[in-house]
Amino acid sequence: MASGNGKDVVIAVRDLVVGFGDHIVLDHVDLDVYRGEILGFVGGSGAGKSVLMRTIIGLLPRRSGKISVFGVDLATATDDERHAVERRWGVLFQQGALFSSLTVRENLQFPIREYLKLPEELLNELAIAKLEMVGLDVSALDKFPAELSGGMTKRVALARALALDPEIVFLDEPTSGLDPIGAGDFDELIATLQRTLGLTVFMVTHDLDSLHTVCDRIAVLADHKVIATGDMDTMLASKHPWLRAYFHGTRSRASQGAEARS
Amino acid sequence: MRSGRIFGHNLEATRVNGETLLEGKIDGARLTLAGTGDWIAKNARVLQASIDAETKRAGIKEVAIDMGAVERLDTFGAWLLEKLMRTFADRGAATRVTGLKEDYRRLVDEVHGVELEKPALARPNQVAYVLAAIGHSIASVGHTFNAFVNMLGALSVVLLRVAVRPRTFRFTSMVHQLDLVGWRGVPIILLITFLVGCIIAQQGIFHFSKFGADIYVVDMVGILVLRELGVLIVCIMVAGRSGSAYTAELGSMMMREEVDALRTMGFDPVEVLILPRIVALIIGVPILTFLGSMAALYGGGLVCWLYGGIEPSIFLQRLHEAISLDHFKVGIIKAPFMALVIGVVACVEGLNVKGSAESLGLQTTASVVESIFLVIVLDGLFAIFFASIGM
Repeated sequence: MASGNGKDVVIAVRDLVVGFGDHIVLDHVDLDVYRGEILGFVGGSGAGKSVLMRTIIGLLPRRSGKISVFGVDLATATDDERHAVERRWGVLFQQGALFSSLTVRENLQFPIREYLKLPEELLNELAIAKLEMVGLDVSALDKFPAELSGGMTKRVALARALALDPEIVFLDEPTSGLDPIGAGDFDELIATLQRTLGLTVFMVTHDLDSLHTVCDRIAVLADHKVIATGDMDTMLASKHPWLRAYFHGTRSRASQGAEARS
Repeated sequence: MRSGRIFGHNLEATRVNGETLLEGKIDGARLTLAGTGDWIAKNARVLQASIDAETKRAGIKEVAIDMGAVERLDTFGAWLLEKLMRTFADRGAATRVTGLKEDYRRLVDEVHGVELEKPALARPNQVAYVLAAIGHSIASVGHTFNAFVNMLGALSVVLLRVAVRPRTFRFTSMVHQLDLVGWRGVPIILLITFLVGCIIAQQGIFHFSKFGADIYVVDMVGILVLRELGVLIVCIMVAGRSGSAYTAELGSMMMREEVDALRTMGFDPVEVLILPRIVALIIGVPILTFLGSMAALYGGGLVCWLYGGIEPSIFLQRLHEAISLDHFKVGIIKAPFMALVIGVVACVEGLNVKGSAESLGLQTTASVVESIFLVIVLDGLFAIFFASIGM
């Protein structure tokens, strides 16, 4: 599937409606995600950013509309087709969602063990390799999730999301709950891994610094629709009141000022 | 077979869907390898096998691998390539990777930096290990006992505080818990005790009638139910029903730091969470015991009438002669103490929950097992006590 501008579309959302009871969260939403980009997805709290992400990965039902990932329409796909697509994406949940009764090593090996029959020695080496790729060392390997700090939990969860070398990673507020230095490091890690592994990244975020530093493109959700997509300059130039409030507010000026100083 | 042609005689080749992933050619002490196809997660097992086959060759001084024909490479493939190179490098062979696509250079470099863990220390000797395990479990019994006594102490302190300022007692919370553990437990408790009463009476009649002592079934049912069975069965049910619920509730509050949040707001979790729950049990269990005992006597009377032919009027008259108020008191006095034990064990175990889902399950199991065990031990102590004061 290719779009008009020649880029490869890996996720295409068309005319999507999602609601709970009487409450419509997403009202005829359209969105494209291109191969190899980092898409930052922003919107107010409760606007439905996570709802869109969870609908794409199939955790929430939709009212109408079409979502295709790698050209496969997930609503009409057979179980096998859907599993094949699921193996090609990884998800980092907001709280990490590490299995609390498994060690870090077992968490990382879990998807690999399920899908590939590999010798134990190789599984161990791969767990270590994945852990080091997200910037942790072997000392974390036999800890339980409850013993990890917030930043380490996010890193291990990212490593688990990357366990099967997916092509798309969904990140739900990856830098929330991290200190600015930790958040900056995590942004850098995402950018590095994206280049190294050629990932497509769909990142739900509130972090203006992340949007500035790592995102290739930004999509904005407001009033139940995607009201704008484009790079940072497009966002800053927009006249839409919500966009002006979001990108020209005090927090954002602070972040731009910091960038200008550095 | 395209690489086969390039490398002349084909020594080792492993295929995925008819395609080779790795082929090797030996030229004296020089091994020339060629990778092809997809070096990705899906093929990792096959690739591992062919790499193992290559690394078995002895006396290699120089290894060169041409990755030019590899179409896709992911972390799995990159690690296997790295592992192949490391194995030969450790044996002192010179290694060289050529033809790697620019896109994959970064990935291979990244994996090159991976440091494996140091080999684990030698296992400690088995005898020491077993002894240590025994020691740990004995120590954990000690810890549990400590925590139990601690909780009793904390409860007494809170109770005194509440006695001085009764308005601090969480009455609403206590009533809510009483509804959960008492009122909603009534149907199942009535049903189970009724059935137990029936079964005892039936067994008694069946065996007593052999020597014409049918009528003494009434004595047996009356004394057994009022003194022991009513309270024991109710306590076991309550431990399973409400004790486990207390542990799970407090445990998940511990996991989500809700208990810590209470503490930081200046509340005492014992006062806010634990006291109302335990008071609810202490009020609820005697009532349930009374209801349960009545249901068991009713069941026993019904079976005596329908199965043993003892008329209800005779049953009541005999019951009146056989039991005294003491039998009833013995049962009902035990109930609040057993409720206290169940409540304290459940709350102690709940507060012991650590961060994982598994720990919540373990503590809930421990709570039920320990409280049933302690209820039975306590029952034994009471039996000795009542016997010595002649009740």
